[in-house]
Amino acid sequence: MLNVNGLTISFTSREGTTRAVDNVNFSVTAGSTTAIIGESGSGKSVSCYGLLGLIPQPPGRIESGSALFLDTDLLRLDKHALRQIRGRDIAMVFQDPMTCLNPYMRVGAQLMEPLHYHRGASQSEAKRQALDLMAEVGIRDPEITINYYPYQFSGGMRQRVMIAMALINEPSLLIADEPTTALDVTVQAQILKLLSDIQLRRNIGILMISHDLAVVADIADQIIVMQEGKVVECGDRAAIFERPQHPYTRKLLASIPQGQKIPSSISPNPLVSVRNLCSWFKQDNETVKAVNDVSFDIYRGEVLGLVGESGSGKSTLGRSLLNLVPATSGQILFDGHEVISLAASELKSLRRRMQIIFQDPFASLNPRMTVYDTLAEPLLLHKLETRSSAAERVLEIMDEVGLARSYVRKYPHEFSGGQRQRIAIGRALASRPDFIVADEAVSALDVTIQAQILDLMKTLAQEYGLTMLFISHDLAVIRQLADRVVVLQNGEIVEQAETTALFEHPQQDYTRRLLEAIPGKSLL
Amino acid sequence: MSTTSISALVDAEQGSSLWRDAWLRLSRNRPALAGFAVLTLFVLVAILTPWVAPYDYAQQNLELGATPPSADHWLGTDIFGRDLLTQIMYGGRISLAVGFIATAVALLIGVSWGAIAGYMGGRIDAVMMRLVDILYALPFMIFIVLLMVVFGRNMLLLFLAIGAVEWLTMARIMRAQVQSLRQQEFVEAAVSLGLSPLAIIWRHVIPNALGPIIVYTTLTVPSVMLLEAFLSFLGLGVQPPETSWGLLISFGTETMEEYPWLLFFPGLVLAITLFALNFLGDGLRDALDVRGAKD
Repeated sequence: MLNVNGLTISFTSREGTTRAVDNVNFSVTAGSTTAIIGESGSGKSVSCYGLLGLIPQPPGRIESGSALFLDTDLLRLDKHALRQIRGRDIAMVFQDPMTCLNPYMRVGAQLMEPLHYHRGASQSEAKRQALDLMAEVGIRDPEITINYYPYQFSGGMRQRVMIAMALINEPSLLIADEPTTALDVTVQAQILKLLSDIQLRRNIGILMISHDLAVVADIADQIIVMQEGKVVECGDRAAIFERPQHPYTRKLLASIPQGQKIPSSISPNPLVSVRNLCSWFKQDNETVKAVNDVSFDIYRGEVLGLVGESGSGKSTLGRSLLNLVPATSGQILFDGHEVISLAASELKSLRRRMQIIFQDPFASLNPRMTVYDTLAEPLLLHKLETRSSAAERVLEIMDEVGLARSYVRKYPHEFSGGQRQRIAIGRALASRPDFIVADEAVSALDVTIQAQILDLMKTLAQEYGLTMLFISHDLAVIRQLADRVVVLQNGEIVEQAETTALFEHPQQDYTRRLLEAIPGKSLL
Repeated sequence: MSTTSISALVDAEQGSSLWRDAWLRLSRNRPALAGFAVLTLFVLVAILTPWVAPYDYAQQNLELGATPPSADHWLGTDIFGRDLLTQIMYGGRISLAVGFIATAVALLIGVSWGAIAGYMGGRIDAVMMRLVDILYALPFMIFIVLLMVVFGRNMLLLFLAIGAVEWLTMARIMRAQVQSLRQQEFVEAAVSLGLSPLAIIWRHVIPNALGPIIVYTTLTVPSVMLLEAFLSFLGLGVQPPETSWGLLISFGTETMEEYPWLLFFPGLVLAITLFALNFLGDGLRDALDVRGAKD
């Protein structure tokens, strides 16, 4: 149905011309799914957007190639003809549905508009079709929700609305760009299921762009692996997963988190004890119980996994342990000290002993400070080093987290995401803390980088004898790292158990649902 | 910082700070550079005026009277036969000083006020910003007129009065910046390191909020200079024997029909200055814009 041949796209900037996409071939057949896999910057999105004329030209330029779609070459069409095809025969689903919906317009109106204006359906006919579509993509109570504004939907429901919009004109090809990356695992599983249901029912072709091999493992028929603008390997699913040829594909496969942690030596006395902790806050005159009556212990030397979907309160919980978010009531004991009611001076000395690593290494480093300034700050603040001795310690930390010493005077924007996360880890470890909260510390990273950072954290945790609260929505990652797991839902603990026990004999329905939603289970 | 000890330990590559990147982008922007050059020239001339002015400031030549531009008097003379170029140069000292000093006053008060209000939040923020709202609501012309009437006409007071009006917007911009920065994880990381609020504001918040502040500053200078010109024009600002561009323009308008150059040249100089500041401001805005920065 779609046949792309020798597609080459280049971008010209002040530094020169780079080939973002270099001689790429792939095809999509009706009723099947082709997945393009690659890390950020691999050219996977550019190649798809290029087909539809959605890259700005200049600086972009399609140098050569053809893209036959139902006997028309998309690359030879003028803007107007391309616009006709786009949206009618080829529809797109994007990563972030919130930015693609008009926030000031009711969802129903947004669905009905094209039906009404472009297809000449009467108002009532358009409404009926919109309701049908909403039902088809699994939106509950379409009669009521058709009058909702986008913000009234959850992320997963918004993505369903986007899919419904994509289906309005009955396209024969659906391009889905990381359609589930912004979603929770359980929702991701539902959306992937929905996409394959629609495909079966309507016999359409799907071209899916993803950075995550595990996500496409269950639904892709053909897999294209891209690296630095080139296709390094392509083949059907079985071939890619069972007989990967290219070293990069093997590396990607090896990066899918699997296996589990060898239990660390855990002392029986807890370092952190949480009792009846509540963290509530007011939002629009409603009390949001982000964390509600939670009690658990974290033992010395243990990695405790905290898992839950977005909105489960796991980040708030992690932050309130460090007194970054005020707790409403309850008790947090850190090595015998009550954290919540501590005076500022005592808190400062406690802060040296507990640190946090954030999810987004682009936001967690001060863009105006060099690596040296960032890493030296905790050393000087807690008087662990003098100004003259700090430099040596900073360089040692850089060694430990795997950053070249020569980078010491560089600024965050000069580093990649993985390197920045290493700086953030270095900053957290600089004051030699006993306890670290890692809040989705690897979720924003490409899979291969994610694997490296996880390895680094494992090694350092052992070396330093760290106690860690590892917060993640990704159970596969938790399994690799955690000794025990706490499952959080709507601010309350649903289940806590040893990692092995939790994975093999989950006691609660919610835990079972989470386990079933792990992408690429078939691979484990 | 202890750069020497680092150099002793490792051959480190020099990083490129965001400020340096911004400077590089600015240096590619021709109008902004031209604006910068013009301003530098004007400021230099203003500083050196007592030594480089072609004539004595107070020297009158009543017999000569008003003459159009000539070889002796490049920009002509006023009705008292005083050299206009000299007048403009001395006027520039005052106008530029008002512009820069009043802006500096506004900057100092506004940035610290806004940073503290924005970072502390809650009740402190509410009280501080309500005060700003109240001051905003006062008709500032009346405020300045009152000041002038009560304390008499005084150059320092003029600086302070204008600065006291201009810092309000600065405080609001700063507060908005700080409020969004406060949510950033690197600030949270600094809290978890144990830094005190003041240290966080100083080291982590202000350096990151400066971009828009710098831009707004370059746009405040011309508005302050216009304000001074306006006040002087009304007879509320600078008074003879002192002079400023606004005052020269005011006198120029009185004799506009007979001696148009007396209005034209002071107006031209003021316009050039304002253009230069605006070009520089635009250039700075582009240069400091995060979206323009690499990644």
